[in-house]
Amino acid sequence: MNLRWSDTVYFLPEAVMALTFVVCVVLDIIARGRRNRLTVLALWSGTVLSLALALADPPRGSHPIFGQMVVVDPFAHFFRVLFLIVTMLVTAMSYSSREIMGEDREHKGEYYSFLAALCFGMMVMAESTDLLMLVLSIELVSVISYIMAGYARFSLRSTEASLKYVLYGSVSSGVMLFGAAIFFGLTGQTGFVAISAKLAALPAQQTGLALLVATLFVLAGIGYKISAVPFHFWTPDVYEGSPTPITALFAAGPKAAGFALLIRFFYTTLVQQTHGVEGLRVVEQIQWPWLLALMSAVTMTYGNLAALRQQNIKRMLAYSSIAHVGYLLMGFVLLTEAGLQAILFYLIVYAIMNLGAFLVVIALNNRVGSEDIDDYAGLSSREPLVAVAMTIFLLSLTGLPPTAGFIGKFYLFAAVVKSGMWWLALLGVMNSVISLYYYMRIPKAMYFASTQETGGLGLARAHIVILVLLALPVVLLGLYWSPFKAMADESLRRLLWG
Amino acid sequence: MPGLEIVSRSSLLTWMAFVPLIGAAAIIALPRASRGAHRWVALTTAAVPLLLAIQLFLTFDRATPGIQFSTQAEWIKSFNIQYFVGVDGISVTMVLLTALLSFLCIIASWGIEKATKGYFALFLLLETGMLGVFISLDFFLFYVFWEVMLLPMYFLIGIWGGPRREYAAIKFFLYTLFGSVLMLLALIALYFNVKDPVTGGHTFNMLAMMNQANHSAWLLNSGVRHILFLGLFVGFAIKVPIFPFHTWLPDAHVEAPTAVSVILAGVLLKMGTYGIFRVCYPMLPDAARWFSVPLAILGAINIVYGACVAMAQTDMKKLVAYSSVSHMGYVCLGMAVFNEAGFTGAMMQMFNHGCITAMLFLMVGVIYDRTHHREISGFGGLMMKMPRYSSLFSLALFAALGLPGLSGFVGEALVFVGAFRVYQTVTIISGLGIIIGAAYVLWMLQRVFLGPLNPKYEKLPDISLREMLSAVPIAVIVVLLGVYPPPIIDMIKVSLVNLLRHIPA
Repeated sequence: MNLRWSDTVYFLPEAVMALTFVVCVVLDIIARGRRNRLTVLALWSGTVLSLALALADPPRGSHPIFGQMVVVDPFAHFFRVLFLIVTMLVTAMSYSSREIMGEDREHKGEYYSFLAALCFGMMVMAESTDLLMLVLSIELVSVISYIMAGYARFSLRSTEASLKYVLYGSVSSGVMLFGAAIFFGLTGQTGFVAISAKLAALPAQQTGLALLVATLFVLAGIGYKISAVPFHFWTPDVYEGSPTPITALFAAGPKAAGFALLIRFFYTTLVQQTHGVEGLRVVEQIQWPWLLALMSAVTMTYGNLAALRQQNIKRMLAYSSIAHVGYLLMGFVLLTEAGLQAILFYLIVYAIMNLGAFLVVIALNNRVGSEDIDDYAGLSSREPLVAVAMTIFLLSLTGLPPTAGFIGKFYLFAAVVKSGMWWLALLGVMNSVISLYYYMRIPKAMYFASTQETGGLGLARAHIVILVLLALPVVLLGLYWSPFKAMADESLRRLLWG
Repeated sequence: MPGLEIVSRSSLLTWMAFVPLIGAAAIIALPRASRGAHRWVALTTAAVPLLLAIQLFLTFDRATPGIQFSTQAEWIKSFNIQYFVGVDGISVTMVLLTALLSFLCIIASWGIEKATKGYFALFLLLETGMLGVFISLDFFLFYVFWEVMLLPMYFLIGIWGGPRREYAAIKFFLYTLFGSVLMLLALIALYFNVKDPVTGGHTFNMLAMMNQANHSAWLLNSGVRHILFLGLFVGFAIKVPIFPFHTWLPDAHVEAPTAVSVILAGVLLKMGTYGIFRVCYPMLPDAARWFSVPLAILGAINIVYGACVAMAQTDMKKLVAYSSVSHMGYVCLGMAVFNEAGFTGAMMQMFNHGCITAMLFLMVGVIYDRTHHREISGFGGLMMKMPRYSSLFSLALFAALGLPGLSGFVGEALVFVGAFRVYQTVTIISGLGIIIGAAYVLWMLQRVFLGPLNPKYEKLPDISLREMLSAVPIAVIVVLLGVYPPPIIDMIKVSLVNLLRHIPA
């Protein structure tokens, strides 16, 4: 393995985030957990600097660095920009959340340093091209996620969430590690590209079962990260128990990172690109598209059906996020370019609308301290702007025009229809109809029900500004989305065609 | 007629569709308490599309079958989505109906006191959606407008509606969305299988989709065409609503506030049949032919079943709602016969039913505002107390039962003339609908207006000037078109003949 100094140029944004983590920790130690403003400022400026560096010099080609452990290419770049923006938004959301910043809370500075580390982890996840890096980056993200889920130590729910997360997480990590080991055993390689080359040389009869098991195991590990059925069991509890800004982050960040890894791993390791739709040549006896399609179908249907009965909005959004993984997987199933492009575009949209919805949840939680859907009764008369914004986010999550969510879903369905997998497309749209019912329960409460409570929620101006900043693109992207779509398409080109 | 031009021909439709949206934005910018301002802004902005629709109606060239007043602009290049609007005779009548009813409904909503800002803003948004559907010639654009309508409708029913409004609102929303997503899949499938004659790429251009020469080999497979037809048809049939998809209608119509019921029955139902005329028939004509007998039977079921259920109602508004089911059945029957008389009858019935049912709902609203109930048995002898009201209501009722000389007769008569030649049995069974229709109308008339006056209503004031203003223009149209239908018939004739020519025998 040869390491070159020149490699680090491509890695600057990541390096800045790693450094930000250290700075935040040090600052927190110096300030003895009191002057959190400084830590937040450090995190914020670190993220901005990292984003500026990333945007100033976007990778034009594929740059495998550090002995092909990671690769910086447009695909990774797309994700790191997404993660940095999500981190910035979550930082702001956390700062306005009482669950994090309340008078009685401790270790606020630490919290922000973990945010920096998590962002770093996600960035590396999208860049891994080696089994070791894959395991390492997933573990990094997971371990920090466990801590953050349990951040509210004195809250029983939060502690429970953290513990559940750890248990499920470690089992799936173990399974995935096992899968990675089989890959290594089969090929003697750890790099995705090298594995792919070795596999192509091996006759199918020799690799058959082992490869199937290995792939399934790795799929299980990633499936847990993106909470696809049947690896989703931790999601509702963790989403409900974690402080809301962290739930928002879990929904928008690690999930997208999981998809990045999923796409990269399958595409560089297992798919022979000349094969197109039937491209998964791993184990020819197994119909991979069908297996993945089944996973997608079950995931969205289960998520939507389970969301119908929820009374806690965070739990409802947790199930809705499972459903959305199902929609996203539709794009993956086909293993076509159009499908993957649709996934990338949807991930942007999904991040915006989810963060928006959770921001409203935070606003309510700051005031009433709970997340019951009934608490939203009469919100339209108390905070008209918040109610309108929430309605926009929920419509977008349902996938109704003219919102970004519709465009995202439109591309996913278009990709499925184009490949002729009709039953999946039909199931997908039927799921959208089901989801309308539970999403609309919130506008129903906000607009149709009345409340004894009067007066606003006493929101900070910054809170409202972010809310508007999230609601506007949801509508604007629903009306004109060409640049974002082009960006998503462009970042895939390199991954797929070298 | 150059003197009548308010805006240029190419921008007319765009102004018409988006002025209400600007009005909605203006209302949102106004303070919450200034109720009067909300009303007046809404009225002024709704007047613009009406004036433009009148210009459209007067300057539309009735002799040419093609699209007029069209505008085309790039929207999303990578997916070849365009902003493409234009009208033919079929759309012009619907646009006129929409603009007229929306304007009158604003007058009818003058009495709304609860959250006027939201009400009028949503109403104008709804108008944009409706007009947009009738003028879109790009399928993607069509779908966006189609869906944009759902949300304001949901809130208008859910916030300002009757006691069971929440249930009715979500039921309406779910039913319609169920239909629209099927349409979405069909439209995506069409996109990938229709070639743009100019660029050679895929296209959402509805005119290109109507030309079979652009269809791919896959799309020319008759099994595929039948399935696509059914997908689109179900999407539209839910809106019409065609049996067995009609169960959302009585709930939504009854719970909605008066003006919204008017829009629902007057315009939204027509969107379903318009969609069949605009999308299903020209794009998949052979499948349309294949489905003609089932459609005729469904139409007959609608007519007879709707009328029977209307007969059993004790609530005036419910009766009117079910009468819509019955009357939309005539439209379906007319559409199923594939001859000029049938098609013309169907289109006439769409326009006329829009007017008549609007008047009926307005009249029910007038009495409901005074007495706060709609039980037929609770009234009696109103003719003595409210002569002007009673005569207007009776006029609408007679038009609804298809009395010659009023506009309702024209459409129904043409449908029967067209249908009798093709499906004798079905037509004869449908004829029962006329008899039952006369029965429930006359029976209600007798119970509400004749007989002894309920002493509770000794002091009931007659219809007010504002209420007259919202209903009398429709009454004039109903009488005029009853005596002299050519203004509408001439408008639709060429377009319908053109459509018929397009459909193989």
